[in-house]
This record gives sequence, structure tokens and C-alpha cells, in this order.
Amino acid sequence: MRLLLVIAVTILRAKLKQSIVAAVGVMFSITMFVALLGFMNGLNDMLDGLILNRTPHVRMYNEMKASPQQPIELSEADPTTHHFIRSVKPKSELQKLRNAMGIMHTLERDPRVLAVSPRLVAQVFFNVGTTDLNAQVSGIEVEQEMRYYMFSDYLVQGEARDLATGNNTVVLGKGLADMMEAKLGDVVQVTAASGDRALLRVCGIFQSGIAEYDKVQCYASLKTVQELLGQPSSYITDINVKLKDILLAPGMAKELAQRFDVDAVDIQTANAQFETGSNVRSIISYAVGVVLLIVAGFGIYNILNMLIYEKLDSIAILKATGFSGADVRRIFLALSMVIGLVGAAGGLVFGFALQNLIDNVPFVTQALPTVTTFPIDYDPKYYIIAVAFALVTTWIAGWFPARKAAQVDPVEIIRGK
Amino acid sequence: MSTATNVLDVRKVNKSFHDPVTIPVLKDVTLQVKPGEFVSITGKSGCGKSTLLYILSTMDTDYEGNVVIDGESTRGLSGARLSAIRNEKIGFVFQFHYLLPEFSVLKNVMLPALKLSRKSEQEVEADAMARLKELDMQDQALKMANQLSGGQKQRVAIARALINDPLIIMGDEPTGNLDSRNSAIVFDIFQHIAAEHHRSLLVVTHDNDFASRTHRNIVMDDGRIVA
Repeated sequence: MRLLLVIAVTILRAKLKQSIVAAVGVMFSITMFVALLGFMNGLNDMLDGLILNRTPHVRMYNEMKASPQQPIELSEADPTTHHFIRSVKPKSELQKLRNAMGIMHTLERDPRVLAVSPRLVAQVFFNVGTTDLNAQVSGIEVEQEMRYYMFSDYLVQGEARDLATGNNTVVLGKGLADMMEAKLGDVVQVTAASGDRALLRVCGIFQSGIAEYDKVQCYASLKTVQELLGQPSSYITDINVKLKDILLAPGMAKELAQRFDVDAVDIQTANAQFETGSNVRSIISYAVGVVLLIVAGFGIYNILNMLIYEKLDSIAILKATGFSGADVRRIFLALSMVIGLVGAAGGLVFGFALQNLIDNVPFVTQALPTVTTFPIDYDPKYYIIAVAFALVTTWIAGWFPARKAAQVDPVEIIRGK
Repeated sequence: MSTATNVLDVRKVNKSFHDPVTIPVLKDVTLQVKPGEFVSITGKSGCGKSTLLYILSTMDTDYEGNVVIDGESTRGLSGARLSAIRNEKIGFVFQFHYLLPEFSVLKNVMLPALKLSRKSEQEVEADAMARLKELDMQDQALKMANQLSGGQKQRVAIARALINDPLIIMGDEPTGNLDSRNSAIVFDIFQHIAAEHHRSLLVVTHDNDFASRTHRNIVMDDGRIVA
């Protein structure tokens, strides 16, 4: 086998120009494949992160709605009667999660669960001069949110920790802060739906990347919001669950909804469009990469066919001096694989270089204050896939010409002169 | 291998070309070649002498009858086994020298022995140098094959044919493309191989002078051996 490889390499070196052209074809496609997939998946991760980082895998809450079964329906007085009660109004206290502490304790012991964090969401008004700005305040467990929901990544000013340590502090959305002309350290007045008022100090400004959201959203610690609403420390409206495996979310949501008699929505249902977008982008980049490789494969096929035509004499003499058809096939397959390997190795180096280059291109977006350059996913997976594809392609591209070479009839060549 | 065994034993070989109509080219050809025998085949163009040679070389398997090389019947053997027989027992010299242009002269001579892989690469290289020296070609060993003249190439081809110590060397018009001086050199080398190395030679030629100086001349006409 070593001898056959030596012969293959010698033939390649004698046809250096064609060999280089073929190898460059492979190299180019591997380069593009690696760079494209790294870039696409970097973008995917970034865009997914935009939502996924901040979105709980399962959110448990109570929908503000009337009980589906009204008391009158439970009455067994006369089963033949029909009631005409319409426009049933929900009770306001329904938003509160009953036995929230119990649910949280149970979830924390669940092996599938990574983190459980409570939230208290309430509608409030900010009083700016004579106008009131409508806003939604989320009372959060700051440490948990920083750890599992990248809370501090979205703060453009201020420190997330100040929200946890300082009492009566608030982090405003950028749009909201701009409307109020509020700066760090300013004190803003807030009114709860119940009419209770409080003064909150601005300790941070965040930017989510979704402008509409930033205009109405603000965060305070759980305790601050509970005090504002005049509610005890067991009063929360949402429980956010982050799972170890995101794919379990739909099943978990159903299970939790039934078990605790609450509403629960999973991330896949809440953000179906993101998954679709990611998948489509991945499919497109794989498709482009594979097409590039196939084109390179045709290049190898052509060059090898030409090479075999030019080398008919050599093939005939190899066969006449005792090399079998299988030997000749292996020589030309080895030749193709050498081209593939050299091209793939070059492609990986250039692919990494191109990824690096893209990684250093400035990319400033309102959406992600922490991102300054184009995102790249350096996952070695793409390198491995690229090399595997390249070897399979070159093997196939080499196999057909090699088989043809193996079938060359030496007598025909030698006598045909 | 006893000297009594024929190196080559050809039994009733028939062959026809079928395109576009069936034309018989070899009719009941039977011949033997003994060890150390220098045999030539002559005949008019198209009499089937080259066709016969390629059947004997095991490269052409489309015939009826049998060819026995060194006691082994080649009928129905696999392509790989036939290649091995060619590699080990048969040396070839063609009219057109057919060296591999990508390789040096030395490598060209070495390749069949490397394929046989009975000796280490160093031993093969030493063997190849010895063969080239015998043919007075040692100075050209490191040149590329395509830098040589026709006569030189033919000598390299002979060195290559000898490298595995084959039982028989077959030649298809080995002097057909050479001037008289180089033809004479090649003939002398062949004679030397037969006499000193005790190898058999079977050479197809149209050069009657060449043929008349061999041990035995087989004359063919219209697919039959006539003399």
C-alpha cells in the first residue's frame, strides 16, 4: 500500500498544476463551509440568545380569566335546567399564584430543573409632571436572574447588584428612561394600580433590543414590588423554571399545569418562530456548504478523468509489469484522497482564519449591547463535518475515474501505438 | 524447477476477433519454450504474432486453449493472480519503451521489484543499480526517464524486465524503433541474458537478420505456425 501511495504522490507531483487546482477547489469549499456554518450558527446563537436567554423554559402563572366552571353548574338541584348567566367577571386576586412557596420547593427538588425563580409582575404608572406613563414592573430575585437569565448583559448603565442590595431601587427600560429623562441616581415616583405611591431610585438602565418592550418595562427587587403593592412576601404571580434540557419543556409545562392547577407555557410554544428561523438558517448554510463540496467533487472528478486519459501509457505499463487492476484503482483512489486531504487541511486553516476575520468585523446593534463584532460559533463540530464531507466527496469523485483506470486494457494501449 | 520443465507451454490456442464479423486470428497454435532458449517469432504483418505474444503474456485472456507458464495453467486464473505471475515470472520489453515519465530511471527499474516486495527497498535499489551497470546505464540512473535517448530507454526497459529475475523475457519488436547500432546492442544483451543468466527469451520481430541469429525462429502465417 505504501508503494501505491508513493506512486500516487509521484504522479500528483508530476501534474502539480492540476493537482493544486483540484486541491484548491476542495480547500475553497471547506473554507466556505466552515466559515459559513460558524457564522450562521454564531448568528443563530446570538438571535436565539436574544430571546432564549431571557425566556424561562416553563413559565407558570394564572391567567386572568373567569373560572371555566361556574358554581351554578355544580348545583345538582335540577339537571334539566339551563342557566343564562353571561359576562362573568374574573376575580382580581386570581393573578396570585396560590401556594407559590410550596410549588417552588417541590420544583427545586426536581432533577430535571436547573433553576426556579419567582416573579411578581404588576401594572404601574410613573408620574412625570402632570402625565402618567403606563409601565409594567417585574419584581425579580436579582441573583437568580443574573445567573440564569443574563440580566446584567442587558444593562447599559448601572450595576445589577445595586438592585438587589438597595431598597426601593429600580432598573428602567431605555425607552422609558428617555421619556422620563431619568438618569442614574434620579428618583422617580411610581403609583400602583391600587393607588399606593412610592419613590424609587434609578440604579440602572437596560436595553433588551426590542424597543416597544423597553418603553414599558422596568425591574425592581421582589421585595420592593411586594411593598409597593402592599402584599406579603408570599405574593408572586409567576414562577419561571429553567430546565437542564430545553427539549423537556413542552412535556414539563403540561405536567406542571395539571399538577399545580396553574397555567404553564413552554418556551417552544411561546417562541415557535425562533426555532423555525434557526432551523431554516442551519439548513440553508448546510445546503450551500454541501453544494460547494459537490462542485469541488466534480472538479476532482474532471481532473482525475483527464489525468487518467493522459496516463494511459503509464497505467498500461504498470499493469504489464505486475500491478493488478485493484492496485491501479487504489493508486488513483489514493491520488484523489491525497487531493482531498490536502485540500481539507488547507480548508480548515483558511476556514479558521476566515472565521477569525468575520469575528473581528465590527457589528454594533441596538439589540445586543454586549455584542461589538459579528458572532462566530467556533464549534469543532463544523470542522469535523467539513472534513468528513470532503473525504466522502473526494472518495466518490475518485472512485469512478479509478475504476475506469483499473479497467484499462493494457494490450489495447501497448498495441495501439 | 527442473530444467526438464518447459518455461512456456502453449496448447492449441485459438483466438478470433468478433468485431464486426468473426475473423480467426490464431489457429491451433502449439509451442514450447525451454529454459535458456532464445526464440524469435516472425511473420507478415497481421499474421497474429503480436496477438499470440499478448496471450502468452497473460494480459489477453480472451482465447481458447491453454497457456502453461512454469507448470502453472493460466486458464481461469484471477486477474490478481495473473498480475502476480507477470510480476514475478515475466519480463517485458516493448517497441515503444514505456517508461514511467514521472519517475527516475532507477525508480522505473525498481518498481516491479518493489511491487514483488520480496526484498527491502535498499536491496532492490542495489539490484537495480547492478542491472543498470550491466547494461552500462549506471550514469543515467538518477535522470528522469524522458531525458534519455531511444536506445538508452530500451536498455532501461530491459533492466526493468530483468529486475525480478523472471523465467522468461518477452519482447514485442524491441528493436523496431531503434537504429542498427542500438539494435545490435539490444541483441547482444538478449543473447547475454540467455547464455549467462539462463533465462528464456521470446521475441516478436520483423527483422529477419535478428531472427536468424536466435536459437529458434518460429514463422507464422495467417494465424498458424508454419515453421
